[in-house]
Amino acid sequence: MGRKFPLAVCFLFGVVMFIQYFSQSTAARNLNQTILDYWQIVFAFTLIVGVFSFFKNNVTHISRGADRPYRVVGLIGFCSMPILALIWGIKADTPFMWMFENVQAPMQSTVFALLAFFVASASFRGFRARSLPAAVLLISALLMLLSRSNIGGYFSSGLPEVANWVRDYPSMAARRAILIGIGLGSLTTSLRVIIGIERTWLGGEK
Amino acid sequence: MALPSWFNAETLATLLASIISILIVVYTTYYRRKDREFRVRTISGLSAVEDAIGRATEMARPVLYTPGWGGDIQRPTTIASMNILSHVAEKTAGYDCRLVYPTHDPVIMAVAQEVVKESYTRVGFPDRYRSDDISYVSSSQFGYAAAVDGLISRLKPASIFLLGTFEAESLILAETGNSINAIQIAGTDSTIQLSFFIVACDYTLIGEEVFAASGYLSGDRSILASVKAQDIMKVLIALFVLAAVVWSTVETLAGQSLSEWWVF
Repeated sequence: MGRKFPLAVCFLFGVVMFIQYFSQSTAARNLNQTILDYWQIVFAFTLIVGVFSFFKNNVTHISRGADRPYRVVGLIGFCSMPILALIWGIKADTPFMWMFENVQAPMQSTVFALLAFFVASASFRGFRARSLPAAVLLISALLMLLSRSNIGGYFSSGLPEVANWVRDYPSMAARRAILIGIGLGSLTTSLRVIIGIERTWLGGEK
Repeated sequence: MALPSWFNAETLATLLASIISILIVVYTTYYRRKDREFRVRTISGLSAVEDAIGRATEMARPVLYTPGWGGDIQRPTTIASMNILSHVAEKTAGYDCRLVYPTHDPVIMAVAQEVVKESYTRVGFPDRYRSDDISYVSSSQFGYAAAVDGLISRLKPASIFLLGTFEAESLILAETGNSINAIQIAGTDSTIQLSFFIVACDYTLIGEEVFAASGYLSGDRSILASVKAQDIMKVLIALFVLAAVVWSTVETLAGQSLSEWWVF
């Protein structure tokens, strides 16, 4: 029963959502919207699980002495934002918004900015032409870089056209082949879940 | 034949393609699996899973597994990733190797805890399971990236599995893993992030390989049958594309449209 009930619910909602997609009746559209609304409500409740887990996990690790400074900072941030929001609200010119704009947003931008350095280091490794595929990658990348910069036109006026051809034909063909594989993989995985063959999501039963 | 009024005629092609796909999956799963052996080509990324866990065990370092920031539990890629996690957890349990699983989604965390716990129990080592190693870190994209980066830098895992739906955080995580010389096995359904994984990771599962992993690792005939279904559908799509190319060429040579319903 512990497994059968969720499997039955999954099958029912899988079939209902599949059928409603092909319907243009108002009832089907309302049903779809209602299910999506309930999904949002369920997701809001699952955040409580996440919040509780985050708090408990950090307190446990702090008591053990593992990564103490990082976890203390994490807990301070975790507790301070809701406290500020509850006391002063979340409108403009409140301490909450000040913290968001001057602490949280810059920290996120900093992590995002790391990407520029990582792209450079990954490109350096990826473009070492040690094999034929790596050489093709290097030539394609150079072609793209040159065609997208002013210096490309200096070498040849036809360079952007060649780069566009590489992007629109060989590159796009490979991308579409991968996308078709992903689409079919998603389709069969979804069907396996709906008809109950795939049960890992229930907690690991094979 | 008139279509019923409640039916959206614009979705007719999708409905036909869906019915054909469902029939193929059901056929291969329930009929062909009875008397056929399914063989899957060697996927180096999946063959390296055991080596990666063995390496972590020998170096007395943990294994880090993360599903990326882009997906939630209803996404097929996340479910495929859970299947691989189940296999990885069986191995880490058997080798007594620590498995760390940070995630951005509380539901994924809860499911992953159950999957790992079940795997540890299945191989006879439920006492080795540590629920606090499977944790929710942050729902914010770069908060998640910073948290996982921090774990990688401090724990220095010998092996890292980046399997799921990744967005801009993919290269941040993969390059951090690379900087500590971890063996990295990655796979995602995002074609943009695949290129980052290919240059930064040791093994990359490309597209459908992520979905075939479950059957490949477990040898489960039902799942392998659905992989076979994918191959059949791919052949059908290739034939359809070929027919469309021939039709389009003939129309171009004829200089006029030969059909009212098949238009490019």
